[in-house]
Amino acid sequence: MKRKKPFDFIFFLLTWLSIGVTVAVFTLVVGYVLINGVPYISPSLFALESTALNPSLFPALMGTLMIVGLSLILAVPLGIFSAIYLVEYARRGSRFVKIVRLTTETLAGIPSIVYGLFGFIFFGVFLGWGLSLMSGAFTVSIMILPLIMRATEESLRAVPDTYREGSFGLGAGRLRTVVRIVLPAATPGILAGIILAIGRIIGETAAIIFTLGNVARMPNNLFDSGRTLSAHMYTLANEGTHPGEAHATAAVLLLVVILINALSSWIARFVKAS
Amino acid sequence: MEKVSKFSLKDVNLWYSDFQALKNINMEIPANFITAFIGPSGCGKSTLIKSLNRMNDLIEGCRITGDILLDNESIHGNIDVNMLRKRVGMVFQKPNPFPMSVFDNVAYGPRTHGIKSKFRLNEIVEKSLCDAAIWDEVKDRLKKSALSLSGGQQQRLCIARALSVQPDVLLMDEPTSALDPISTAKIEELVIKLKDSYTIVIVTHNMQQATRISDRTGFFLLGELVEYGKTERIFSVPKDKRCEDYITGRFG
Amino acid sequence: MGIRSLISLIRRNKERIAKHLFALSASAAIAAVGLICVFLFMQGLPAMWDIGIFNFLTGTDWQPDWTPPRFGILPMIVGSLYVTAGAILFGVPTGIFAAVFMAKFCPAPLYKILKPAINLLAGIPSVVYGYFGMVVLVPFVRENFGGNGNSILTASILLGMMILPTIITISESAIRAVPGEIYDGAVALGASHEHATFRVILPAAKSGVMASVILGIGRAVGETMAVRMVAGNQAVLRMPHEFIRGVRTLTANIVLELGYAYPGDHRPALIATGVVLFVFVMLINTLFAILKKKEGV
Repeated sequence: MKRKKPFDFIFFLLTWLSIGVTVAVFTLVVGYVLINGVPYISPSLFALESTALNPSLFPALMGTLMIVGLSLILAVPLGIFSAIYLVEYARRGSRFVKIVRLTTETLAGIPSIVYGLFGFIFFGVFLGWGLSLMSGAFTVSIMILPLIMRATEESLRAVPDTYREGSFGLGAGRLRTVVRIVLPAATPGILAGIILAIGRIIGETAAIIFTLGNVARMPNNLFDSGRTLSAHMYTLANEGTHPGEAHATAAVLLLVVILINALSSWIARFVKAS
Repeated sequence: MEKVSKFSLKDVNLWYSDFQALKNINMEIPANFITAFIGPSGCGKSTLIKSLNRMNDLIEGCRITGDILLDNESIHGNIDVNMLRKRVGMVFQKPNPFPMSVFDNVAYGPRTHGIKSKFRLNEIVEKSLCDAAIWDEVKDRLKKSALSLSGGQQQRLCIARALSVQPDVLLMDEPTSALDPISTAKIEELVIKLKDSYTIVIVTHNMQQATRISDRTGFFLLGELVEYGKTERIFSVPKDKRCEDYITGRFG
Repeated sequence: MGIRSLISLIRRNKERIAKHLFALSASAAIAAVGLICVFLFMQGLPAMWDIGIFNFLTGTDWQPDWTPPRFGILPMIVGSLYVTAGAILFGVPTGIFAAVFMAKFCPAPLYKILKPAINLLAGIPSVVYGYFGMVVLVPFVRENFGGNGNSILTASILLGMMILPTIITISESAIRAVPGEIYDGAVALGASHEHATFRVILPAAKSGVMASVILGIGRAVGETMAVRMVAGNQAVLRMPHEFIRGVRTLTANIVLELGYAYPGDHRPALIATGVVLFVFVMLINTLFAILKKKEGV
């Protein structure tokens, strides 16, 4: 190999060093959590009830599913409809579009603890919903709204205009064109965005513990409190009394996230292929 | 013998924001004729054809003055634009079948206009595909994705799709520009056959194509209709110097 | 009016109804931002006024249980600045060089492995990072630098790790967005691959790379759980050389005390902390938006 000049060599080295550090971070975090956690995953971890002696993650898993389900019910239609308006109906660069875009970006940038704070004072105290599924789901759905809007917007824009022309050319109205032609073509991209949003909800803690609360049981109704996997993890880590379960819960949480990421990129690849 | 006018254009001017794309167009487009629009890129021929079924409505900042009459009725007046587009079908430059099955592509139009009966839909799909001379090639793969067809087949499928709503007029915006010569020949043959039942307006870059299939030809330049008349006459004794230059290839 | 005529009315006007429904949905984002601002400011600003804006922002004592209580958040503002600066120190150079690697030096087969790995890093929940920090980084810092391990340094390293994927991903796309002709032009003049990349491509991608750094900073300032789990959380004003001692950030202040706030100004003071955090993050995001517009990332 040709000898490199000193400048070139230093930079060459630095790039490899940096990617090395990145890989090390990845291996360390993922490796550590999985290697130390997976051996502790046991049936008792999934016991129906979580007690002081056996901090089962089952109620938290159920709480997570409920929060994910409810927030999606709220945020997905809203996000998709908004994106449809922005892409298919609104005049480009109109003032309304600019404001919507600005506020969406604002929402995307608000830290989760601020969402927690807002959810607590608005849904919890002002509306009197307390620490509950409702408070949690509404808070989290605002948080994921920009994610779903952006994914849908990008997918809608990626649908070739020739499809729209074809449909309009046959005398179809805008609504029919959007619902029958554009949305089906954009579905995989929207789905990939929704899955990323699910990942975000599962990983969320700060916005959850002041809205859903953090009690170790399943919520009985919409206005009952509960916890999610991340909140469960947070509690176990801080209490420090069940290191084995903490390791195992971290591993489960990480495995769920890995699964979600794989699913999302699998769908994204499907988008590229078609 | 003078033919009945399908379209009458009266002082049509069209702007995209500040740019004037059409200037004072006056012309009569006769029924059951093939009328070709020719001219260099950007001359306004595609803009004009898209004005005939108001596809330009979809473009922001597009403004039109003057009037276009279809069967002596203004297309800008008290008329449902979706009904207008049902009567005036369109085939686009690049084949644009929807990402669904061959059957659903052709059935989309009739379904849009409220036909639900499976039996009726089967009938319409078969007839449209036959009229577009593609039935034999796709009759065994109606459930397959339309995107699996070849480019030429896709374009004939799009013609079938346009015929499925029983239009009076077929607008074709450079329908063969993305196709190979064999597919082009098939489509030209088809267009001539369709003339008996439809009024056809075709935009083309290809002057041989215009001479081969059209009855009337309009030559456009910089948004103006420079010359318009019988195709043989335009290509043999053009009156306008610019038109002569263009068709003899000495343009510019 | 009968049901049937109502249905036919809806059917006849479905285009208009749909359009209005979509427009209404699009205003939800505006409503959400409005509500968040109104409620945070309505409940936070009076407290700030009560405590005195100057006392609140520059007070060094945070003692909600004293009589009278003291609500000074300077230690937390400084704490957030320390850990964010630390995160920049650890995360930014590594992130940028790694992005250059991904965009310009990475062999294709390796890229197929690294790209998903970096995406996964971005998706790991902050409690998992926090937990990793507690069981791995805290002991590491304790043994190698002294102190009890819950420190500015630990939080900085952890945050640096957490902002890596953000910086790598956005910088990489900014570097890829530089037109190939620029690179070709440099190489045609005899520049080496490294020289062309670092002296020509990277400067051309400057504002995109800056945007990635700013977004990373936004993440670091707003990060709550992971920091709270490793930073020690003492509401004490630290000097930079005390980097192995504990510190409390604005975010940690809220998450630590909101659950059991004392009556009186305590909760409003926490909300006011949220307001300060919100304003900080908004400033950072505005900067990001300006750079993004410039680059078109």
